[in-house]
Amino acid sequence: MAYRWGMAVDLDKCTGCEACVTACHAENNIPTVSAQQAARGRAMHWIRVERYYEGDFPDVRVKFRPVLCQHCDNAPCEAVCPTYAAHHNEDGLNAQVYNRCIGTRYCANACSYNVRFFNFFNPEWPKPLHLQLNPDVSVREVGVMEKCTFCVQRIRAAKIAAKAEKRAIVDGVLQPACAQACPTTAIVFGDLNDPESRVARLARSPRGTKLLEDLGAEPKITYLQKQPWYESDPR
Amino acid sequence: MNRTLDKRLADDLVRPLFHTSVWFYAIVVAAGTVVACGAGAWGYQLWYGIGLSGKRWPTFWALYLTNFVFWIGISHAGTLISAILRLVNAGWRRPVTRCAEVITVFALMIGAMFPIIHLGRPWLAFWLFPYPSSREIWPNFRSPLAWDFFAINTYLTGSVLFLFLPMIPDFALVRDRSTGWRRTLYGTLAFGWRGTTKQWNRLETAMQIMAVAILPVAVSVHTIVSFDFSMANVPMWHSTIFGPYFVAGAIFSGIAGLILAMAALRKALHLERYLLPLHFDNLGKLLLLMCILWGYFVFNERLTTWYGNEPSEMAVFWATQRGDYAPLYWTMVIGNFVMPLLILANPKTRTILGTVIASFGVVIGMWLERFLIVVPSLTHKQLPYSWGTYWPTPVELFIMAATFAGMILLYTLFAKFVPIISIWEMRAGLPSRMDQAVLAEERLQSTRLDSEPLGSTAGPEGASR
Repeated sequence: MAYRWGMAVDLDKCTGCEACVTACHAENNIPTVSAQQAARGRAMHWIRVERYYEGDFPDVRVKFRPVLCQHCDNAPCEAVCPTYAAHHNEDGLNAQVYNRCIGTRYCANACSYNVRFFNFFNPEWPKPLHLQLNPDVSVREVGVMEKCTFCVQRIRAAKIAAKAEKRAIVDGVLQPACAQACPTTAIVFGDLNDPESRVARLARSPRGTKLLEDLGAEPKITYLQKQPWYESDPR
Repeated sequence: MNRTLDKRLADDLVRPLFHTSVWFYAIVVAAGTVVACGAGAWGYQLWYGIGLSGKRWPTFWALYLTNFVFWIGISHAGTLISAILRLVNAGWRRPVTRCAEVITVFALMIGAMFPIIHLGRPWLAFWLFPYPSSREIWPNFRSPLAWDFFAINTYLTGSVLFLFLPMIPDFALVRDRSTGWRRTLYGTLAFGWRGTTKQWNRLETAMQIMAVAILPVAVSVHTIVSFDFSMANVPMWHSTIFGPYFVAGAIFSGIAGLILAMAALRKALHLERYLLPLHFDNLGKLLLLMCILWGYFVFNERLTTWYGNEPSEMAVFWATQRGDYAPLYWTMVIGNFVMPLLILANPKTRTILGTVIASFGVVIGMWLERFLIVVPSLTHKQLPYSWGTYWPTPVELFIMAATFAGMILLYTLFAKFVPIISIWEMRAGLPSRMDQAVLAEERLQSTRLDSEPLGSTAGPEGASR
């Protein structure tokens, strides 16, 4: 049976440390832009930690929500791309083929989560970061869109290894960089087609919600969070 | 036979082709300089990347797409208006049609450049063409941008034909009056036109077919341009009203553009005897109609959004109504609705000057309308954390200025090499078929200009047919 990669993010565990953001930058060769360009809205973070504040000072509660590509089953970005640069692959991943992208940026407009990023200039890394590029990930040139791939290079490597040993990928072994770096294991990644995988079990949790679910994009990331109805539930 | 009249008509309208004033060079140099600056700005952007424009996360579409929609809108001046006027056989259309059709062709060419300028990798724009490539992949026909490609190309092809067909007899006329390189040039363009009955019949038939065929194409083009926005689930974009709203706005801005061009031609080429106050009055009435229609659409769009009270849409709604974009919004309302309504509803102010002022307001207002559709929605999408801003950069402004200068340049050059008023159609309008009102006005004008009044007998063209 084919894989269907998905993720669960436990917001009750997230401390907002942004280790996932850093790990993602290192793993996926995401360019760092200058402070000036970042101030002009050109920073690229395939995963970002959104902060929301509840209550008035001094009784303030901060809520964190890591937002990355939701790898929607019914992705609005895919339909609008005139060159099939954004397309759905056999694993249910929302893939981005950089070499096909001509930079219409329509996908970024169609995406309600704003998780697609554009290479406004050719990528640059301040020395010596240019020496730490990941050889498994292509560097994107000026004018193309990019976004979270669920670390497709790791998925490919794991699939090849599993195929060589004639077995399925073991649940929990394959992790994208963000999940691997998370100190509180708030991010869980795995195969949604395997009903016994950890991510599939978490996706069924009554604590689970989807981000902007009413828009009908069918996102594959489940956000877990203490819910009012769950609290009153006697279990 | 009133041969003197006929000759004067041809003399007047062919004169700009043979006599060049200093102003022609001045305009060409001035507009050419601005166009060159714009081309330089684009080259600069090509070299370094689209980051030189003001676009940012999440405002990925901005000034270029605004200009794209604006210019495609202006292009509805010509072909659509002239096709309608031809089909209803409005006599007063004769001096207007060609000025209008030229606007269509040039505005479309300018408008169609913007999606390419705005691409991240414009050198790969040909990947939108459906051709069997080594990549073994077709364009994605589900994408509204692929629909755009076909819609705009169809409209451009149709408009060029619609413009070119009725120019053939005039090219022949210029050919017969010229020598040297001009004779060769216009001879080639005239496609061997000899003015036989058969040729006239074919031309008439072809024009009838084109006029009928171009109407649905013109309506569909701007509907499809509106689909670029309304197909995406973005607040205030995802609306069923966008198709007709865009088409109405396009015709609205198109008529305004036409009035401005006609007023400029009238002054520059001394066409006071051909482009009459009557034409401005009639076009002013059309502009008034579209002004009211535009107001109706905006009212509908705003009311349903406000009443529906959907949070993400309301964020955009208030940003334009009383937030950061409010100054632009209310300028648009005044330029597009209040001012034209006040000027054009009163026959006393519906003069040439009045319609020109109203048209200026409409052109500015319609540009702002396009901007207010594109930008505030993108800066206020569903997740408030990712809200953004936008401010244009000099590169974008230079390129935008260059397109306006480019329009002036192309129009000036066209009027230099082609009779801007269709001579044969004017001749065909001379006999009794001509509208009585035009005739009356013509008489008035011509007596004022101390020439003999226009007669009512047929010109040679009319007689030969």
